[in-house]
Amino acid sequence: MAQASDSIRFILNDTEVALSDVAPTATLLDYLRLERRLTGTKEGCAEGDCGACTVLVGRLSNDGENGERLVYESVNACIRFVGSLNATHVVTVERLAAKDGTLHPVQQAMVDFHGSQCGFCTPGIVMSLYGLWLTNDNPSRAAIEKTLQGNLCRCTGYEPIVRAAEAAARERPLAIFDPITRTREAVTERLKALRSTETIVIRKGADCLIVPADATGLATVLDEHPTATIVAGATDVGLWVTKQMRPLNPAVFINGIAELQRIDRTDAGLTIGAGVSYTAAFDALSAAYPAFGQLIDRIGGEQVRNMGTIGGNIANGSPIGDSPPPLIVLGASVTLRSKNGMRTLPLEEFFIAYGKQDRKPGEFVESIFVPALPKGDRFAAYKVSKRRDEDISALLGAFRIGLDEDNRVRTTLVAFGGMAATPKRAKAVEAALIGQPWSEETVRAAQAALESDYQPITDWRATSAYRMLAAKNLLMRFFLESTGETVQLQRFEDVA
Amino acid sequence: MDKSTFEEQTTIAGPMHTRLRHDSAHKHVAGTADYIDDMPEPAGTLHGALGLTDRAHAEILDMDLSAVAALPGVVCVLTASDMPHSNDISPSHLHDEPVLADGRVQFHGQPAFAVIAETRDIARRAARRAKITYRDLPHLIDVADAMAQGGELVTQPLTLQRGDADGELERAPRRLKGQMRIGGQEHFYLEGHIALAIPGEDDEMTVWSSTQHPSEIQHMVAHVLGVPSNAVTVNVRRMGGGFGGKETQGNQFAALAAVAARKLRRAVKFRPDRDDDMMATGKRHDFLVDYDVGFDDDGRIHAVHANYAARCGYSSDLSGPVTDRALFHADSSYFYPHVKLTSQPLKTNTVSNTAYRGFGGPQGMVAAERIIEEIGYALGKDPLDIRRLNFYGEKGSGRDITPYHQKIEDNIIHRIVGELEVSADYRARRAAIIDFNKSSRVIRKGIALTPVKFGISFTMTAFNQAGALVHIYQDGSVHLNHGGTEMGQGLYTKVAQILADSFQIDIDRVKITATTTGKVPNTSATAASSGSDLNGMAAFDAARQIKDRLVAFAAERWQTTAEHVTFVANHVKIGEELVPFPDFIRQAYTARIQLSAAGFYRTPKIHWDRATGRGTPFYYFAYGAAVSEVSIDTLTGEYLVDRVDVLHDVGRSLNPAIDLGQIEGGFVQGMGWLTTEELWWDEKGRLRTHAPSTYKIPLASDRPKIFNVRLAEWSENAEKTIGRSKAVGEPPFMLPISVLEALSMAVASVADYRECPRLDTPATPERILMAVERLRGI
Repeated sequence: MAQASDSIRFILNDTEVALSDVAPTATLLDYLRLERRLTGTKEGCAEGDCGACTVLVGRLSNDGENGERLVYESVNACIRFVGSLNATHVVTVERLAAKDGTLHPVQQAMVDFHGSQCGFCTPGIVMSLYGLWLTNDNPSRAAIEKTLQGNLCRCTGYEPIVRAAEAAARERPLAIFDPITRTREAVTERLKALRSTETIVIRKGADCLIVPADATGLATVLDEHPTATIVAGATDVGLWVTKQMRPLNPAVFINGIAELQRIDRTDAGLTIGAGVSYTAAFDALSAAYPAFGQLIDRIGGEQVRNMGTIGGNIANGSPIGDSPPPLIVLGASVTLRSKNGMRTLPLEEFFIAYGKQDRKPGEFVESIFVPALPKGDRFAAYKVSKRRDEDISALLGAFRIGLDEDNRVRTTLVAFGGMAATPKRAKAVEAALIGQPWSEETVRAAQAALESDYQPITDWRATSAYRMLAAKNLLMRFFLESTGETVQLQRFEDVA
Repeated sequence: MDKSTFEEQTTIAGPMHTRLRHDSAHKHVAGTADYIDDMPEPAGTLHGALGLTDRAHAEILDMDLSAVAALPGVVCVLTASDMPHSNDISPSHLHDEPVLADGRVQFHGQPAFAVIAETRDIARRAARRAKITYRDLPHLIDVADAMAQGGELVTQPLTLQRGDADGELERAPRRLKGQMRIGGQEHFYLEGHIALAIPGEDDEMTVWSSTQHPSEIQHMVAHVLGVPSNAVTVNVRRMGGGFGGKETQGNQFAALAAVAARKLRRAVKFRPDRDDDMMATGKRHDFLVDYDVGFDDDGRIHAVHANYAARCGYSSDLSGPVTDRALFHADSSYFYPHVKLTSQPLKTNTVSNTAYRGFGGPQGMVAAERIIEEIGYALGKDPLDIRRLNFYGEKGSGRDITPYHQKIEDNIIHRIVGELEVSADYRARRAAIIDFNKSSRVIRKGIALTPVKFGISFTMTAFNQAGALVHIYQDGSVHLNHGGTEMGQGLYTKVAQILADSFQIDIDRVKITATTTGKVPNTSATAASSGSDLNGMAAFDAARQIKDRLVAFAAERWQTTAEHVTFVANHVKIGEELVPFPDFIRQAYTARIQLSAAGFYRTPKIHWDRATGRGTPFYYFAYGAAVSEVSIDTLTGEYLVDRVDVLHDVGRSLNPAIDLGQIEGGFVQGMGWLTTEELWWDEKGRLRTHAPSTYKIPLASDRPKIFNVRLAEWSENAEKTIGRSKAVGEPPFMLPISVLEALSMAVASVADYRECPRLDTPATPERILMAVERLRGI
């Protein structure tokens, strides 16, 4: 390995910064507010749920399909670590208006449509809407709502904000009046220059943060620090710091590793790199498995989907992670890598017990392979939560079924999240279905089998009784949907 | 003299009754509106964090804070004994609310110490290092448990009665009893609590506090420090939301910051983390309402007897007036010929509940609408027909007396409901929904129209006063200050409009300045929807005083009479001469006319005798109604709000844009209270929904898919309020009771509407599904 680099270098609005004195737990929000006095970005919750701290982060993205391009994504600055910012462009609300005070169309529309009352959520909402404005000049109400899933407003009831978003989309000033558009090419070149080809190591006191330049570097770092905390999107690890004040030592930031960002599509299926965000995976997953796309739209808010990774959702082993149940029923496998080589195992076997996964010291999740759905197989994933969007599941059911020519169940896989200590298959349900005619009677019998598969807990998200009843009903929903009945509420026909 | 301006301009920018954007809108979107945490900190500012206890009820045997103090960067640790004069910040003056727990923990999360450190991060880390030894005591968390265990109260209950309720219940042709559980609510102001205390000379202390009640912060800080009120100045330019959560709950942060600042002679800032804020500050009261109603076969109510038990938490705070207001709104819009209502403000080992938009009124009203709904289902009638039969009658109808013996003299509910029923096409849509439900297996729909009538005034009559301070400087620019606080509701904008209108000058000549106890003393909380009624009138009074002097001056100088002096667009017209306002002011200054005035207002007519339960506590009523249509999924209990139509009364609107914003925003916030916002305590008495990850307020995608909101433009306040407007802060919060009842109807469809589903709140998907299951079993 070459000589390690010793600073995090990025562009903040118009200024290039190089930070060599950064703690692994330093957040972007504290950096902006305390060190730069950019106080337009607010702290509302410090856990990535309210969006008051939303900023845009530009990065060079190359998912293997579209070539390299500069994309700007909304993120929660409160749980974004400074250590994860190398070779990015951070854009805050202060950069949006022109130097003479003229507001950007997004800001002006928020004023004209009375989109602010107390104003505290407003800079974050402006930044989320600006992210939409950059990529969509005719957004539907569904698209606007999706953009705002990660932004809470307690005053307005959102209606004027949605109207403002619609109006702003029509306002297209010359490129020179938009701060991102006018600098896009220059920033692309600057970011290329800021990329490190070497592992970045920064020590602050007893703490250490490490940013490997590539997967080989990551394997080497983990070999040296087998118990290091691997940080991908930080949508979970961020809260360890802001809420539990846990140390991360060393923290290894992997979000910039290009090899882990790849999505490979073949006839056999999809290979998704462990660093691929939900947003980046959305197109490929929803093309291959439409029900998966609908589910991703209900994971976190836009900011969390822009940061959070499917690899992280698997690696942290949460019993209520939303992607493992559908991945299990699709037959996904996970590839782990270390300095000593690679191994691949079925995803289902990766989850051993609550909080315990089959990842050995020095290993990292490299990719997830999701096989193509056999022709004729039906697949669905249903999330149930107290609030429709940006909520953690009370339970999540994933179902897959293949029927033979006599309409009997030839193959089936059923898995749930929120029903046990790990994402877990419902093997008794599967046994009750297999070989049986695909009928309401069969489904009723299989519903009863759920009680031998799970003994769900009662907590603030749901009671045990509700979880069990709703789980049974989700199986019925899966059946009824296969008969063509309308069984799901849909706020909008299409999200475009 | 510049003639170009006065020849062209005949009207001013920003008078009363016009749509005007929020005065800070530009700063909000640019990120340049400063909240307290955004202000430059004085050199050497220290930061505080609360040390929270983790028992619901316990004796503190030992508190070992050595590890807290030992963390590098910690400057000092405060406990109850460090309060210089008093450890008491009870806003009810019942001495039941310590700044820091003193020997006894009364709720999980109650602060027992505070850490002051060089950085906020160090303070937070240090606060977790305490070793506290407890002796556990039995705890009561739930309303029902508190009732069962003897029902200790935090304050005096209230009884309202008229006629012979129990006798008429016996005699009524039909009678039914029921119970409704109504959930509480976290305010979730986006800006959490914060206080910055800056010590001055002698005993002086300046406090910046995110508070709706600067005068109370002033009094509490003075009391805890043991200094007179004149030593303490409290400032607030704006809050990032309040909703009642910053009426009393900022006291502890301000007091602790001030105590530390006094002790250390350095500025001290307290900004609790969101989770600490949600655990350590009060919320909306949850209620358990037991009702007994007698009625006839038409659905006309003969008598109501009901009890309103509330989870008040460990101390009284504002629970007395909150539970009182629940009783004041237990009639909703309905005449109860015989009535007896009792409150039961119960003590529990939970955080002390407090003010929240509506202040108990929503809980009283939602139970009243449940009673109507019950009668509707019992008789197989549309609840709207039951409502109509029971609405208060016109003045003098004999059906116009409330349970507190106030006569309703401004009743417009019949017209509001009538117009909305037609414009929302309620009847046809209801028929179509009943039809839809017959053939839809999984998805069911519901629709409901519910009314709002909300009494305006503080029920504590003394609070219905306000002051304002207005200066005109020599250049004709105007400085405005008043006792109200800005929390997003647009109060500053409205009061500035009133001044612009009074002087007939463009609103940008009026400088709105931060609320401060140093300019306007002895203010009431900006609460009870009263902000613009009270402060608007006080500012109007200040302007009137200055104008009177200016008119007298002009009459003398121009040798004319007062009636020939008028204020017209940016000018003063004296006889036939138009003098630009700044020129006129300069002349008045030169003539030694006082260009400053302190305005004052007290609400007329009102009085209230709590002991007898009789009086006229409200100056007037605000009205409104909403029709909501919903869909539910009977497999999971999930739902969508498909369409909402609102017609709401704000009298003659001071600013229709701001008022519409209050209505839309109030609706969605009230809908959250009734649907997805659930406070959940575990068996140890720990609140487990203490962050936005677990406590779910509405998102953009939860708001009504179609949302038609109109003002009742024909309405004018019958009383002489500022511009004949009406208060708007709280009343719209109760419009989404229609959402709850529509959900209920969708549930009821599974049993062919034979049974009232008796949905408790919040009506989470779980409650909906469980109600569906219950009704399917009938």
